[in-house]
Parts: sequence; structure tokens; C-alpha cells
Amino acid sequence: MNHKNKMMMLLSSAALAIFAVLQAGQVVAAGAAGADKPLMLAEVSAANIFNRNLKKQKNPNAPPWEDGIHDTTNEATFNLQPPLEAYKGLPKTSFGNHVDWVKALDQGLIKPRWDRLDSNEEPFVMDLDIVRPVKASVPDVVFPHRQHTEWLFCSNCHPAIFIPQKGANQINMSAILLGKKCGVCHGKVSFPIETKTCKKCHSKPKPADWKPPLSEATLKNPWK
Amino acid sequence: MALKNERDFAFKSLLLGVLLTLGLMGVSQQSKAEYADVVINNYADAAGMRPAVFPHWFHRIRFRCKVCHADLGFKFKAGGNKITMAKIIDGQFCGACHNGEVAWSVENCAMCHSGIPGTPTHFHGSTLQRLVAPAYKPLDAKKASKK
Repeated sequence: MNHKNKMMMLLSSAALAIFAVLQAGQVVAAGAAGADKPLMLAEVSAANIFNRNLKKQKNPNAPPWEDGIHDTTNEATFNLQPPLEAYKGLPKTSFGNHVDWVKALDQGLIKPRWDRLDSNEEPFVMDLDIVRPVKASVPDVVFPHRQHTEWLFCSNCHPAIFIPQKGANQINMSAILLGKKCGVCHGKVSFPIETKTCKKCHSKPKPADWKPPLSEATLKNPWK
Repeated sequence: MALKNERDFAFKSLLLGVLLTLGLMGVSQQSKAEYADVVINNYADAAGMRPAVFPHWFHRIRFRCKVCHADLGFKFKAGGNKITMAKIIDGQFCGACHNGEVAWSVENCAMCHSGIPGTPTHFHGSTLQRLVAPAYKPLDAKKASKK
């Protein structure tokens, strides 16, 4: 059979395909133009807007009168200090207040009081790292007591939030996000829970020979 | 005279239009207050007062968490402390420092009570709030802005 015929058939089918695509495009365009209203999305309640991407803040550290929660009809709002004024010279981060508070304290750039009245009182610092193995493939968690005891007292966390006993605390990210365990502070006051901050806690790489544990369903799979 | 009135009216309506547009834009935008600012509105609205806004960042520069959360007994929960002005004047909670000795005294009402009326008690910028929904933004306001 001749080569020419084959080519012709190919060409014509290609032309047909292009025509079909164009047609479809026209239909879509006509549909969009013909409708008076834009495509109506279902009305959702606030509770359903979950799992969207965390939007980057456009104007972090806005002064009180531009921050959306202070009332600008209140004269005193304009007497409040804008955060950026206080943050001058403090080490920066890309989340939360955009200030690395722990570093600022370590470097002596801020000197917050440990006692309400006595500015000379020193905190009771305990330098003890707790390693928490994580079942999943993310790096294991290292909890540093030092940074925490610089700011907090033992009774702030023990025993109400964390039972001071090995293996007594079940922690998972869902609980943390919902404000339990570490989430009592993290994600609200201390650094937030964002992709950028995962590694602040999940900081100990898994051993070289680590393999993800097989799930029970795999181990007991009857169709194996 | 009539001409002047007309001009005034035109100017006023233009101004109103601009303000309205800005207002609607403001509604649709996320508020961008400082991370960990707490709006406390347990009783304020009902008492005809603006809600109080507590800036964690400002206090953190001056005091460690321990001072308020261990010594003064502030619970780790927005709105969970049932703070009233009576307690503050008695020297509890904010009143432990805001007594004119450690920090400025309670007659500066509007320094704390500076929030937008109707804002519910919440932690500003918390991860959960950002993930789930801006709970401080009433849905009705959003609907109204669409109309």
C-alpha cells in the first residue's frame, strides 16, 4: 500500500482532531459567555474551609491601626507601639512574629524578667534533651528542656500537659494542631506549625538502616 | 447655592463610594494582626466596651512566660481566665502589674479595650485558625460584602 495514502489519512485524522478540539473549546467559551452568572460554587460554612494552603501574610508585623483587629475609631489604638519598632535588631525568622525569640534571649538582645518585680532573678534552667522516636519516616523529635525552661516553670507543663514519665505521653500532630500537648503553646504563641517549622522539632535524622515499619495489614495479608 | 449643594452631594457620594469599596476590600482580606495577639471578649461587648486585645509579643520582651502563666495563674487558654475589671482592680491577673507601679494603671481603658467591637475571643494567627477558618470573621459579613 502506498505511503502517500497513509500520510493523507493521518493528516486528515489530525485535522479532524484539531477541529473537534476547537469545537469543544467554542462550546465551553459559549457556555461561559452565555451564562449571566459566573459558575456558582456551593455555599460553604466556615467550618468546611479546611485544608486550604496557608496563605503567606502580605503585611506581617502591621502596626495596630492597620492590623484588622484594633478599632481605628479608638484614639488609643494609635498610641500603641507598632511591633516592628520593638523588633529592631532582633534575629528574624519567616514565621510567627517573624522574630526568633529563643535566639534573641540567648544572645541577650532581650532581657525579660523571670520575676514580676525582681529583674535580677535567674530562671531555673534544666538542660535535658528528650528524644521521641517517631513511627513515620519523618525525623525523630528532640525536645530540648533548656530552651523551654528559659521561659517557663516546670509546673507550666508538668504534670497537667505532659506526665513526667517516659512513655506516658501519647503525642501526635493532630492533637498538637487541635491545641493539645505541644499545641497548647506551639501554633498559638510559640512558633507556629508550618512546613517551615517541621524540622525545628523533627530534628534527629533516622538511623541509616531505618526502614518504615510494615503495617499489620501487610504482615497479616491473607492474599500474600 | 443650589449648584453648591449639588456639588457637595456629588462629592459626598463619591467619598462614600470610595470608602465603601475600601471597606468591602477590607472585609474580604485576611486581618493581619501580630501572631499570638489575643482578643478577649468574654464580657466586654455585653458591657458596651470594646474587646480587649492582649499583645503577647509586647509582654514577651519584658517578661518570661513563667511570670504570668505560673505566678499570676493565667491559664493557657484564650478567654479561659474569666478576667473582669473587678479582679484587675483587686490586683489579680493584669492587675498584678497594671497598677501604676510595674506598668501603667487601669484608667487607660482604651489601651487594652482597643479591639473592633463584635470580635469574638480568639488567638490571632494560630495555626488551627488559619487552617480551619477565620473564625473571627462572621459569615454574614462575608455574604453582605458579596451582595
